[in-house]
Amino acid sequence: MARAMLALTIVAVPLAGCAGKRERPQPAAAKAPPVPYARDPYPSTYRAYPGVPTLVRNVTVFDGEGVRIDDGSVLFADGKVVAVGRALDAPAGAQVIDGQGKYLTPGIVDIHSHLGDYPSPGVQAHSDGNEATAAVTADVWAEHSVWPQDPGFGRALANGGVTTLQILPGSANLMGGRSVVVKNVYARTMQAMKFPGAPYGLKMACGENPKRVYGTRNQKPSTRMGNVAVDRQTWARAAAYKRKWDKYEKEGGDPPERDIAMDTLRGVLAGEILVQNHCYRADEMAIVLDMAREFGYKVTAFHHAVEAYKIADLLKANGTCAAVWADWYGFKMESFDGIGENLAILDRAGACAFIHSDDANGIQRLNQEVAKVMASARHAGMPVTPEHAWTWLSIGPAKALGIDRVTGSLRPGKMADVVLWNGDPFSVYTRPEKVWVDGALLYDANDPRRRPVSDFELGQPGMGDVK
Amino acid sequence: MAITGGTVAIGDGSAPVERGTVVIANGRIVAAGRGVAVPAGAQVIDATGKWVAAGIVSAMSDLSLIDADGVSESNDVGARNSPYKASIDVSVAVNPAGVKVANERLGGVTRAIVSPSAGGSIFAGQGAVIDLGADADAVTRPRAFQYVELGEDGGRLAGGSRPAAYALLRDSLAQAQDYRRSPAAFDGRSGDALLKRADAQALLRVLDGTVPLLVHVQRASDIRIVLGLRRDYPRVRLVLVGANEGWLVAPEIAAAGVPVIADALADLPIAFESLAATESNVGRLRAAGVRVGLMGGGTQSGDHVLRQFAGNLVAITRIPGATGLEWGQAFAAITSGPAAAIGMDGEIGSLRPGRRADVVLWDGDPLELSSAAEAVWIDGRPQPMDSRQKQLRDRYLVPVEGALPKAYERR
Repeated sequence: MARAMLALTIVAVPLAGCAGKRERPQPAAAKAPPVPYARDPYPSTYRAYPGVPTLVRNVTVFDGEGVRIDDGSVLFADGKVVAVGRALDAPAGAQVIDGQGKYLTPGIVDIHSHLGDYPSPGVQAHSDGNEATAAVTADVWAEHSVWPQDPGFGRALANGGVTTLQILPGSANLMGGRSVVVKNVYARTMQAMKFPGAPYGLKMACGENPKRVYGTRNQKPSTRMGNVAVDRQTWARAAAYKRKWDKYEKEGGDPPERDIAMDTLRGVLAGEILVQNHCYRADEMAIVLDMAREFGYKVTAFHHAVEAYKIADLLKANGTCAAVWADWYGFKMESFDGIGENLAILDRAGACAFIHSDDANGIQRLNQEVAKVMASARHAGMPVTPEHAWTWLSIGPAKALGIDRVTGSLRPGKMADVVLWNGDPFSVYTRPEKVWVDGALLYDANDPRRRPVSDFELGQPGMGDVK
Repeated sequence: MAITGGTVAIGDGSAPVERGTVVIANGRIVAAGRGVAVPAGAQVIDATGKWVAAGIVSAMSDLSLIDADGVSESNDVGARNSPYKASIDVSVAVNPAGVKVANERLGGVTRAIVSPSAGGSIFAGQGAVIDLGADADAVTRPRAFQYVELGEDGGRLAGGSRPAAYALLRDSLAQAQDYRRSPAAFDGRSGDALLKRADAQALLRVLDGTVPLLVHVQRASDIRIVLGLRRDYPRVRLVLVGANEGWLVAPEIAAAGVPVIADALADLPIAFESLAATESNVGRLRAAGVRVGLMGGGTQSGDHVLRQFAGNLVAITRIPGATGLEWGQAFAAITSGPAAAIGMDGEIGSLRPGRRADVVLWDGDPLELSSAAEAVWIDGRPQPMDSRQKQLRDRYLVPVEGALPKAYERR
């Protein structure tokens, strides 16, 4: 699926160019040729920073797909993983790092972040994550709010080993808008952080947030049934919009009116845009799955899925993932039933599940969050190996973002998004020592110059501190 | 009772000792450490291969005051519309049967410093110290401290600026003194009264040093202003809460003998008052001689994450340029540290002789993420190792239904 979507985003634009190649003159009454709208009008300008061929050897490797290699070696060059194995030879000129006592893993992928959209400092002038002016704002794109100078990006890199993250609109709305996936590399523009080729997501929310935000304004929705009613009406409109545009893009003629919100929903119905659905309660997730079937779209992942452990079988049957916290609970009614074993129960039942942060602080310790799940699981009689648990930090979320073909594990040919940990990454006493993104060393605990200072932090108290 | 053979973590800042013994009698600690003799006739619990540690003391917690934070009906932490401010006393809201209490007890938390949050004034009111025992008697000390909001939040609550907050603080303290000098002449009951009589009484306990004054501030300049309060009110027992920029003024805090209850992992400039926030804050404060406790209460994970916070302060001792804590200091920061900040480390927070016997038997290092509590004693009494979370877990270990709906599974 991911592969198909990456391809779609690439072919969409050149289609327009085919229109001029007709050989025979058209009759006067013929329809005008179709002109599709641009699917990617704010394209990625990200470029990998230069790296040097690097061999880390004598290190414990979790490859991110469930494989552990003791005394392992990983070689990367030109931004890509070249080889992973036991004993590898260093090519001429390669930097060789001895990983004795250390661990090497793929960079962490966080599928749920608001960095950039709710940046630090969290002042009102920076509050750009919820377009809370209507229950459906499928027209907004999170990327148009991202502030690339958020100090939180640097903390997630240095303390958390996070190399890729999805930035989502908030959950005030039923359809809060498009997400954007970025590489965790500071840049002057959002486009220069944008993950090349990553499909878009649509942030949806069910439950208490939308009904509270609009209910307190005496607007629809004010109830859970109102949530579903507005969603269904909107999907019905989207289906009609899609029919019109599909017909036009096939046959030409007068173009239908553009509707930026409906473009996004059409993309979902066409399978080009992935639904990332904030939803806590088991019963509500079940309703959303029925709604998805009714309108012919797929829920890629439920986020926050606090009660997912109650419907592991249903999630598995639908091929829908659960992105969860380790142990958050009790902060609202719909999180009342949170338990520390949620992720482990889902995983054991064969459902797709992994960790997420939704938090500028929590994103700095997602490895520790997984360690807490492992502890809960072990004490419940469901031991999880660390090499398997790492799949919850990289390849799992990468799949649900549609980018697992290019990142999320240490397999030859993939982006060299790599973290060297100064000990067992599931120990509380461990921190990243080095972080590479596309083979470029962008954090080094031993080198103060390899520690980013965002524009906002420059010249401020504490600038360049270890943080 | 004697717990023998385990690694003993006393909680007073000392390093853990292997193969130690903890002796408990009449709900108090008799002795703890290496070479402690087992009294004749004592019940002996073998802790070989395990850890025996002081129970965690959660600071600035909302445990027992809330069922679900976002459900306002269940939330007794703040009172935005109350005419009463400093006199608000959370101890009457303490509910030992709240499900979070048992959940967090299983996470090794045995006491909590529970605090109101400021709703309608810079004065939040009076916090309490509670135990997490499975009994009806939860309040260890009611009205244990007064909590005041300054800095950016205090400015907002006072009408829009820091100067307004300081004006309110100073005038309130002055009015409390007016009340003491002449209770009959003190208004305190009219609608115009800025300070109710009950509020004035609560503030007199602060001025007399009967209870500590916990002041929430972050910025270095705010900390200096707060420390200056004692020039006018020398008996006030100040405690700084938050103090994200505390490390910038650590020598001044240390010289003033003021303890700090800090947020260990606040490393983002979440506000302009926290620009210099760093995980090294606590370590640098401690190195300067400041007594520090960690706060974790109110986190979405629950109070049990305090041990994770403490572990991270040990972790950063391995990062060049960072300042963390030795293991014993880190453990003290979640046990005796917060207790000492409110003047109760003679009573709770460690396994030193005479303290209340709050003890946790861990299957490993209590700061390590893989560890779990195997047994908990509070006031020397063994606690049930069950919780609603555990029952939910057991009900859904196998998510599919059996012959009857899940609702028929009594676990």
